[in-house]
Amino acid sequence: MNVCRPPDKITTIGLGSCVGIAIRDKQNKIGGLVHVMLPNSKEVKSNANLAKFADTGIPELVRRLEKMGAMRSRMVAKIAGGATMFSFQSKSELTGIGDRNVAASKMALKALGIPILAEDCGANYGRTVTFDPETGNYEVKAVGKAVQVI
Amino acid sequence: MGDSNKTTGMTIEQMSDQYFDVLKEIGNIGAGNATTALSTMLGTRVDMMVPKVRLMEFKEVGTTLGGEEQLVAGIYLVVDGDIHGSIMFVQKKESARAMVQKLMGMPPEGDDFSEMELSALKEIGNVITGAYLNSLSTLTNLTIYPSVPDICIDMAGAILSVPAIEFGAVSDKMLLIQTDFADNDEMSGYFILVPDEESDEKILHALGF
Repeated sequence: MNVCRPPDKITTIGLGSCVGIAIRDKQNKIGGLVHVMLPNSKEVKSNANLAKFADTGIPELVRRLEKMGAMRSRMVAKIAGGATMFSFQSKSELTGIGDRNVAASKMALKALGIPILAEDCGANYGRTVTFDPETGNYEVKAVGKAVQVI
Repeated sequence: MGDSNKTTGMTIEQMSDQYFDVLKEIGNIGAGNATTALSTMLGTRVDMMVPKVRLMEFKEVGTTLGGEEQLVAGIYLVVDGDIHGSIMFVQKKESARAMVQKLMGMPPEGDDFSEMELSALKEIGNVITGAYLNSLSTLTNLTIYPSVPDICIDMAGAILSVPAIEFGAVSDKMLLIQTDFADNDEMSGYFILVPDEESDEKILHALGF
């Protein structure tokens, strides 16, 4: 999890079933990115690392952005990731962990009243993302695919 | 965190050196079996180095494999039976190419693998993980059923996140067993073992700890 002001950008490499949630204050352009691995901190014993879970990581990112001077009412979000890397994963107990991460991220953002402007989620490939709080551009790179800006 | 660990005994961080030695030995025997199987499959002599067993942070694993954006082939399967968990065999894309070349007698055409080559890689992974699980099963007398493996070629970070997420429920670290086949970098691979907490205890118990 990290927060920054322009001209700095934030990147996270190789999102698989994890989800990268980028949030930014449209007006003063303070932005942040959190990389969550699991949907729900309450299902897990070792949950001290807030950034690891969608239900705790997103509120924590918002708290840090507010501390820097961002306003919740002006915040917007973009999300990427949540792939299913191995096909039989969906049959194991980790039933669609990628999909669950995406769903939990959306739920957490909704609870905070932060609209999602764009998303690139699901499918079966990894993504490297870079967030530019200046423009709000969220660049998604994947192996063998053209770079996408959402 | 904290108090919830009391009832579950040992966490992976607290495992003794002895347990590591045992895992290393299982790795050694497993890799030995795998080497024999590989050698038969490839029809050539295959040498094996002593496996290195390390407990490391999820982030470090990516670095070990050459960075989180390094392209790797991951062969992943889940195990069932007396113990539950998953096992992954990861190798750099170049190592995977070298193996395919040895098995099929020709280098993969182009940058990507064909269906046939992917299937060959899956089989190699199956043989290698099967050999490892066999030695684990023999030593512990536990019944272990592996699932059909699946393969994925992508960025190391994305592939490693799969076992990391499973570990994520218990720990921020994972157990990595590095096995080098042949005395060069051409054909090396890494096992990542993800037994669940209960299974750790069962393995320890079966081994007399």
